Amino acid sequence: MRIAAFGASAGRRRRSVERRPLAGWAFVSPVVVLLGVFLVVPVAMALWVSFSDWNGRGSPLSSGVGFVGWKNYSDLLLGGGLATQNLGTALRNNVYYVMFVVPLQTGLSLFLAVLVNRRILRGRGFFRTAFYFPSVTSSVAITVLWLFLFSASGVVNAVLGWFGVTGPNWFSEPSGLVHLVLGALGVEQAPAVLAGHGLLGISWWQWLSGPSVAMTAFILMAVFTTSGTFMLLFLAALQQISGEIEEAALVDGASSWQRFRLVTVPMLRPTVLTVITLGTIGCWQVFDQIYTGTQGGPAKTTLTPAYLSYESAFGNQQWGRGAATAFLLFAIIVLLAGLQRFVLRERGVPRRRRFVAVGPAATTPRTPEVVPR
Amino acid sequence: MNTTRRRTRGTMAAVLVAGAALALAACGGSSSSTSPSASSAAGLKILIGSSGDTETTAVKDAVQAWSTTSGVAAQVVVASDLSQELSQGFASGQPADVFYTGADSFAGYAKNGSLLAYGDKLSTKDDFYPSLVEQFSYDGQFYCAPKDFSTLALVINTDDWAAAGLTEADIPTTWDQLAAVAAKLTTDGRTGLVFGGEYARLGAFMAQAGGGLISADGSKATADAAANVTALDYVKTQLTAGSFAYASTVGAGWGGEAFGKNLAAMTIEGNWITGGLSADYPDVKYTVVELPAGPAGKGTLQFTNCWGIAADSAQQDSAISLVEYLTSTDQQLAFSKAFGVMPSVESAAAGYKQQFPALSAFVDSATFAQNVVNVPGASDVISDFNSQLEGLATGDPAAILGSVQTNLKDVIDNQ
Repeated sequence: MRIAAFGASAGRRRRSVERRPLAGWAFVSPVVVLLGVFLVVPVAMALWVSFSDWNGRGSPLSSGVGFVGWKNYSDLLLGGGLATQNLGTALRNNVYYVMFVVPLQTGLSLFLAVLVNRRILRGRGFFRTAFYFPSVTSSVAITVLWLFLFSASGVVNAVLGWFGVTGPNWFSEPSGLVHLVLGALGVEQAPAVLAGHGLLGISWWQWLSGPSVAMTAFILMAVFTTSGTFMLLFLAALQQISGEIEEAALVDGASSWQRFRLVTVPMLRPTVLTVITLGTIGCWQVFDQIYTGTQGGPAKTTLTPAYLSYESAFGNQQWGRGAATAFLLFAIIVLLAGLQRFVLRERGVPRRRRFVAVGPAATTPRTPEVVPR
Repeated sequence: MNTTRRRTRGTMAAVLVAGAALALAACGGSSSSTSPSASSAAGLKILIGSSGDTETTAVKDAVQAWSTTSGVAAQVVVASDLSQELSQGFASGQPADVFYTGADSFAGYAKNGSLLAYGDKLSTKDDFYPSLVEQFSYDGQFYCAPKDFSTLALVINTDDWAAAGLTEADIPTTWDQLAAVAAKLTTDGRTGLVFGGEYARLGAFMAQAGGGLISADGSKATADAAANVTALDYVKTQLTAGSFAYASTVGAGWGGEAFGKNLAAMTIEGNWITGGLSADYPDVKYTVVELPAGPAGKGTLQFTNCWGIAADSAQQDSAISLVEYLTSTDQQLAFSKAFGVMPSVESAAAGYKQQFPALSAFVDSATFAQNVVNVPGASDVISDFNSQLEGLATGDPAAILGSVQTNLKDVIDNQ
């Protein structure tokens, strides 16, 4: 085929254009087949399993497997039994995990990126590698390390001991942080309003528990391991910002904090969106750490939807329920990712000005803000 | 232009069909279509979840010996995550022929038809402990041969015992005596009795009080019975008093670790503790006695595995003959010698006691041992119970058991 021949006559070019789709499909077919076999078909089958009563024996597509409609989903969301309680507990745990990990890792990785981006910093290469190192280490290895560090007589508690603090028995302490704080303020029992009502099988008081001490150790671990990766993303974005913009801001008399807050961070908005989205997705999918570390304990406070899905399927032989849990998790992630895109979408500066003030005066910025571009 | 587009669509369809066909082929389809698998040519496949090299070697040697006499090739595979690999096998329609099956997952596999109910075909079936046969029966059928079993007993640190001025006459036989010696053995940095805060330990107290999570025939949930409340009340009182503690509270992974590190003077464990102690804490001296009796008499829990045979196995007769060999009295005693398990047949009890006179209490406990819950789908309920038991010291036993009753009843009613 001479598809790629340059300077061909108009007739030949048209023919080559016509032949291109077939050749194109031939070239992409390996990827299409691979994606189909390893992605589309398994996802479609899992979706089918979530609507079926498949019991784990033989193919889910065999004739003995029945369609049960929304039963698996309604057992999980509306059943009110143990399945609902487990889902509610898992969602509660994961919501706190996301609420703490995402802001902390985004903040820390931006901070690290700004530090190692400085031209005057000595040994930049060393620090970049050092900060990135936890990200390339296997999460299982880090979990095992964490179990030792945070054991009752581990290093962390020894260090806390220097300051006269008796550290908790991290991975077997189910009390939630909010409950601990409230307990310290004298609120030991749940107010009747919170204890009597609830969502997804667990009371509002339990929803408000905060992450357990065990979960806090996992939160610290997630921040430790992922900040390096996101630092790299921020670093790449920071290096895209040309020095002239910085200089222009400097000439306008912006202080270094103002330059960071009003010039650098707005220009990093696409990267912030990427980091927050990837971070949220990663946090909702947390599994390895739980599987290797605590298996959901103590008192289910490190149970997450991903682990719950695995446990219902492989541990309890309830494949439909496991698959349904996985698709609920999928829906949550898609919704949140969409929400983040909406909140952090590009908003043109002029339009915002128009909203602020109407009239000819609005064309000249009156605020001392330094506006990029 | 039109033809091209049609052809393109045709190609795309072909690609998708090819992909789908490949994927479906990979999923195995139903067992009837491609039953004589590649594994039948290679002989029996035995999947085990091993506790370590000694167990693996012992099983491999035994299977090898059977292979030589029977002429059937057999291959032992060690699973890193047994339940996951079993599930994969059952879903693909080509599972391992013979495999370890835990008592807790047994009923689930029996219910979905993955297991072959071969128990009644065994010539030695009357030799198994009746309670073990009951554990591996589903819908009145004896499914699989118990591999071995273990019971819970009281393990006492003899140095601590003597240091506290206690003698052999003080070995507790009632709950009150247990509480008294535990209090006496509790010192600064050491708790009298430490055990894991879970159903698999506290269930023994429930058995001693005459309770249990389900009725003997498995048809009714009895979690909220008064006997169970009595048992948990007793444990709660001792936990609050500080003479009992959970392993996690004293910073140990399990009772054996707390015992080995002398964070505990006594613990409640099965005979596997002997291996752990001799490997990690060889200097600890201990004695094993039966658990003290509760208000309703003696009681303990027993744990067991069976040799499952796949319903989809192409060589069921060879598999049954292998299991008969592996569960024979002599072979079970050989396993006991190699890695310390307790034989599942009554005819081997005397031989076991001869091998391990210090551990007779474990075998003797078999006469009053209670099975763990094996209703399909109950493992969620048990893990929920365990998570609530972690908070027993500050919790309300009746409320905990009430929620377990609700959940367990749901599971049983939905069978």
